[in-house]
Amino acid sequence: MDYEFLWRPVFQSLPQLLKSALVTIEVSIISMIIGLTIGLLLFFARSSTIWLVRFFAGVWIEIARNTPALFQLFFFKFGLGAIGIIIDSYITVVMALAFNTAGYMAETFRGGFKAIPSSQLNSARSLGMTFVQSQCYVVIPQVLRAVWHPMTNQFIWVMLLTSLGMLVGLRELSGETQFLYSKTFRAFEFFAATAIIYYCIAKLMLLLFRLIAWRLFRGQ
Amino acid sequence: MIEIKNLKKSFDDLQVLKGIDLTVNNGEVLSVIGSSGSGKSTLLYCINALEPIDSGSILVDGTSVHDKATDVNKLRQKIGMVFQQFNMFPHLTAQENVALAPRKVKKMSKKDAMDLAARQLEHVGLGEKLDSYPSALSGGQQQRVAIARALAMEPSYMLFDEATSALDPELVGEVEDTMRMLAKEGMTMILVTHEINFARDVSDRIAFFHQGRMEEINTPEQLINHPASEHTAKFLSNVR
Repeated sequence: MDYEFLWRPVFQSLPQLLKSALVTIEVSIISMIIGLTIGLLLFFARSSTIWLVRFFAGVWIEIARNTPALFQLFFFKFGLGAIGIIIDSYITVVMALAFNTAGYMAETFRGGFKAIPSSQLNSARSLGMTFVQSQCYVVIPQVLRAVWHPMTNQFIWVMLLTSLGMLVGLRELSGETQFLYSKTFRAFEFFAATAIIYYCIAKLMLLLFRLIAWRLFRGQ
Repeated sequence: MIEIKNLKKSFDDLQVLKGIDLTVNNGEVLSVIGSSGSGKSTLLYCINALEPIDSGSILVDGTSVHDKATDVNKLRQKIGMVFQQFNMFPHLTAQENVALAPRKVKKMSKKDAMDLAARQLEHVGLGEKLDSYPSALSGGQQQRVAIARALAMEPSYMLFDEATSALDPELVGEVEDTMRMLAKEGMTMILVTHEINFARDVSDRIAFFHQGRMEEINTPEQLINHPASEHTAKFLSNVR
């Protein structure tokens, strides 16, 4: 082995790396929030009385969960690009990850709603609350707790998936790493450093979600 | 006044209510007894519009419950209901459980709703448990919170669907005492129950349901000691 480790370039580029890590975090959070919201809507849409709405939600969930996330991303970037719809890389990544997350979250919500006895909804309705009020104040808070762990996993998964962004030219953490490595040829050093940054982001997210759970679900 | 006329209700092929006629007057306590599947719980769900009906009508203070033009959310504020399963909302404290509907439905301020909740919980003997989550309360206490929660909407009617049948025997008494107290205060109540002795004590009338029909309705004394129908007599001899 005649590879000589050289860490200086990594330390010199650390501010740049950390800046791109912020892009990763930003894209993750936006994708999660949009994906979570659409996932919830998809869950309700799937039990809609309107045939077309049910069908649309079903197709979305099936495609999101049964095709590679990379293909979904390429579809939004190059597929749509081929027919003349050119979208900025940042937005493409958000769209693809939100699309993917929504499909998975719809399934997770299905399990979560199933875990709440129908008598909870009946109780809420019997007090004069509307369907939407009953869902918002009684059912969904309980669902949130039931899906908290799978949701946390999904969110970390989304954060890691943002690395696909480098394949459509987004300078998030992986994209930036790729760029710096091609400039300095310090492949091992840069990828190792980036792996550590991803690891730290994941651990921080876990910690944050634990804290939120502790705050939200105390006493239960 | 609750007026039920020729009420029919099916689940798929099974007709569970086969033409019920029943009037409950203000201030009256009516118990409904009968074996499982006799349709007595379904009757309560229909009165509260939690179940649609096939035909007939239910009028609550002259408002037709199942009329499309009726605002059921408004109507339900008049009709409190306590269920068999403990239905406290597990993510809220006792006080928050009771305050939720007054805040969201009656648009009371948080402070007013919490004050009201504290008063209602005190009323059912749980003034010490305001900050307790359901997981820290016994089944009996949870049912009393459920009663307080329904009362906080200041209903004219209270429906109890086997409110004590999921409880451990030693906890039944405290919930029955709370229901007794309401009866004394003049609340109009319909109780679906298996506790014949309790029904006798607390009710003005008892109705016996058998296979989707109201077989017999009478004063507790008459119905229990001199049942007119042989089905009633048989049911009573089985449960006693």
